[in-house]
Amino acid sequence: MLGVYFTFPELLMWIPLLAGISCFFIRREKATKHLSLIASLITLIISIASLFYTDEAYKSYNQVSYEWLKQLGNSFYVGLDGTGRLLTFLTAIIFPVVFIATYKNSYKKAHVFYGLMLLTQAGLMGVFTAMDALLFYFFWELALIPVYFLSSIWGGEKRIQATFKFFVYTFLGSLLMLAGIIYVYMNTSPRDFADGFQASHSFALQAFYTAKLTAAEQGWLFWMFFAAFAVKMPVFPLHTWQPDTYDQSPAPVTMVLSGIMVKMGLYGLIRWLIPLFPGATYKYTDTVMILCIVGIIYASCIAIVQDNLKKLAAYSSIAHIGLMCAAIFAMNEVSVQGVMLQMFNHGINITGLWIVIDQIEKKTGVKNISELGGIAARAPVLTILFVIIALANIALPLTNAFAAELLMFSGIYKFNPWYAAISGISIILAAVYTLNMIQKVFYGNINPLTDSVKDISLHVKVILGVLVLIIFIMGIYPQPVIDLTKEAVNVLLLNIK
Amino acid sequence: MNAIILSAIWGVVMMFAGAFIKSTTLPKYLAIAGITLIFIANGIELNSGVSFFRFDAKDMVRMNSFNLTFIAVAMGCTLIYFLLSGRDIEKIGSHVSEYFSLIFFVLCGVALTATFNTLLILFIGIEIISIPLYILTGSDKRNLKSNEAALKYFLMGAFSTGIMLMGIAFIYGGTPNASFYINNIQLGSGEMPVMIAIGLVLLLVSMSFKVSAAPFHFWTPDVYDGAPTVITSFMSTIVKVAGFFAFVRLFENAFGKMQEQWQTLIIFITVATLLIGNITAIFQQSVKRMMAYSSIAQAGFMLLALFALNDRAREGLVLYAAAYSLATIGFFAILIKLNDYTIDGFNGIGKQQPVLAFTGTIFLLSLTGIPLTAGFQSKFFMLVGAVENGNSFWIVIAAVIFAAISAYYYFRIIQSMFFKEAPAEPQSVWDVTRAFKIMLVITAGLIIVLGIYPELILGWLYH
Repeated sequence: MLGVYFTFPELLMWIPLLAGISCFFIRREKATKHLSLIASLITLIISIASLFYTDEAYKSYNQVSYEWLKQLGNSFYVGLDGTGRLLTFLTAIIFPVVFIATYKNSYKKAHVFYGLMLLTQAGLMGVFTAMDALLFYFFWELALIPVYFLSSIWGGEKRIQATFKFFVYTFLGSLLMLAGIIYVYMNTSPRDFADGFQASHSFALQAFYTAKLTAAEQGWLFWMFFAAFAVKMPVFPLHTWQPDTYDQSPAPVTMVLSGIMVKMGLYGLIRWLIPLFPGATYKYTDTVMILCIVGIIYASCIAIVQDNLKKLAAYSSIAHIGLMCAAIFAMNEVSVQGVMLQMFNHGINITGLWIVIDQIEKKTGVKNISELGGIAARAPVLTILFVIIALANIALPLTNAFAAELLMFSGIYKFNPWYAAISGISIILAAVYTLNMIQKVFYGNINPLTDSVKDISLHVKVILGVLVLIIFIMGIYPQPVIDLTKEAVNVLLLNIK
Repeated sequence: MNAIILSAIWGVVMMFAGAFIKSTTLPKYLAIAGITLIFIANGIELNSGVSFFRFDAKDMVRMNSFNLTFIAVAMGCTLIYFLLSGRDIEKIGSHVSEYFSLIFFVLCGVALTATFNTLLILFIGIEIISIPLYILTGSDKRNLKSNEAALKYFLMGAFSTGIMLMGIAFIYGGTPNASFYINNIQLGSGEMPVMIAIGLVLLLVSMSFKVSAAPFHFWTPDVYDGAPTVITSFMSTIVKVAGFFAFVRLFENAFGKMQEQWQTLIIFITVATLLIGNITAIFQQSVKRMMAYSSIAQAGFMLLALFALNDRAREGLVLYAAAYSLATIGFFAILIKLNDYTIDGFNGIGKQQPVLAFTGTIFLLSLTGIPLTAGFQSKFFMLVGAVENGNSFWIVIAAVIFAAISAYYYFRIIQSMFFKEAPAEPQSVWDVTRAFKIMLVITAGLIIVLGIYPELILGWLYH
């Protein structure tokens, strides 16, 4: 069956897609809730299974190509490699976690809500497995549309402006990338299909890697692609959509946005931008690094003075992503390996963080730090789990982010010690705002708002427990992820040498 | 040949039907039968080259799979237009079958402009399109705005026709062997004779007027706004794309080899059209007027085909014709059902009429150019064509930036439909039948199918 009729990437895409479409027609809240949970769990199982068939011998399990827009030299080619496997796995974990953690939330028109969520998952899976540039662009846009509707329909009061800003930013970035893709496409060599048909150019990933571009062309194409990825990550100064969108989106969407969607930008850098334009990458490394470092410090400082819990998490996320982006552009094995590790870890940690924030907001009705206090006395389990996640977020030893940040910083240090030193300040700043928040929210005096807070229910305990478990496992033994992505890292670095 | 002659015949049939049929609903079915017949007859000619009418046209019109595919797209879109908005055409006034008859005459002109091989046929085609449209624009004759629009359209149209005729005369005089055949004008890439250059500019101006490209677009918003909405829907889609098809064919076949000498003009017109269309559309409060400017903006994208003049752009133009017409016809069909044409009139439709809101969203997404819709594929082909041309890559960047801007005004309607609360007294009477809803869903489905599988149309181009 597998490898003949189905392949892993197809299954990862089709299951959420079909389940999502059927959600629209089922229309009953309970049924769609269960359907989406089951579908996401099946996706997770498939994703785990795909981790065991990484060998070259199982090639037919992991990639497949269909004819699509052949006269343009395009195909529907999806495949899993190290990076793709890691990120599809992350996507597959986050969705059931989100569904379980927000199980008790009820939404108007729940069937549309869950349908759109699953469509987002399908789109994300497509982004991480697409091996043709046009296909990649297709999924890149498609993942955005359901999120736009999710945030705009179920979001907070200022949702319409916030999500629209988000949409316009990303849409403009993506369109610039599309123009860039077409330009690179025109400089690719002809593509031969199995049936003897020859297209004059090719959208295949490999053809893009070997496209003939002059240094000047690479220079501006680099920025056109970078615009799309930088908006998604986001990199300073294109980050302004993020805090508002995170603040206004419904909790599950925020988790998906910050847990997975920002990784699309990092993934784009690793899969497309850097291998496509190695010359330009070397040329502009310093510019991008400085942008990232400014962003890291700036976001961390704003996080310190933030009173809104959600915005605090958003700025902390900007700082973390900025560090990952800087580490990618340091372009040595250690730093890129660190990024691979951290992409996964950050997804886990930030989702945990949002789950806790969602719980606090639901139990007290407020999201401002100044109005909270003393939750620890009323909800000890929540506090313990949260403190662990928060400590992982600031990369304490034994937690997952420690190994990753260590790798990233040593990679950046190799590239330029000054950059490492300045961005290293962010660790201290992160500790300041995280510990400050823990202290004010969970300790301190109990006020009437927090007095009635009860501890979290079992399903949230379980799900946070699972996340904490992953944090510890990855903190003590990150080797599996390193093994998984080692080859991809080497290929990337080989491509740009 | 089938489409040209049959649509003329059917126009006459419909006209006489007006004298004998007293029923107001029967003409619609007659028209649907007629357009289906033309569509099938054209399909037969496209598929197997069988023409029902054989006579020597002296090569004045030229039938090839490319032109016939375009006619098929135009006729198919008209069929959908009749099915969606037929009931609204009945409501314009009391001369129901005359309206349909005029539309069939326009279609005859569309078929002529799609197949012309001499400047004379081009001129006749454009006139056959224009004159019935002047009447249709003013068909709501008790409405002052409609009258004003018709007069304005007529005066401006007549003026541009004059310019076109003058251009044709110059070119006729300028070609060495004094010929109307467009292939005889090709002079190679050398210096352009003055007579030809003047003729070219005059033709460029008049064709830009017909397709409402800036800076010759000023009539568009007023005419589109004043005309009965259901006629605007027809004018801004099928007629407009037919104009474009003629525009591109004329400049490709007659002046293609001298492209370098007039490409700069096209770049100027394209960017101006994109700029004016998109920026002005943002500030419109009336959705009908906004759609007029949006049609100018979309014209800017179609002009890229004229800039590029290569296979991809030509394929893209046919695809664009289908994608743009389907989405706009569908959206206008929804707009007609509303009492309030302002953006606030769309508030809360998502709850009241979910099918309308859902399909409307697909139409708007297609106009924006979101993947999975036909609108994306058509824009994509245009961009590929423009990049392939190799000159001025920045025009492509300008085009994508304006495409992003267009998201602003298209999404404003989506926001109103889904995210805003309905007014205190929502529209209570909806002239929406089950058949209409099904037709909307089919149209939206067609857009998605074309978005995934554009070969459905492109496959015929080289049949």
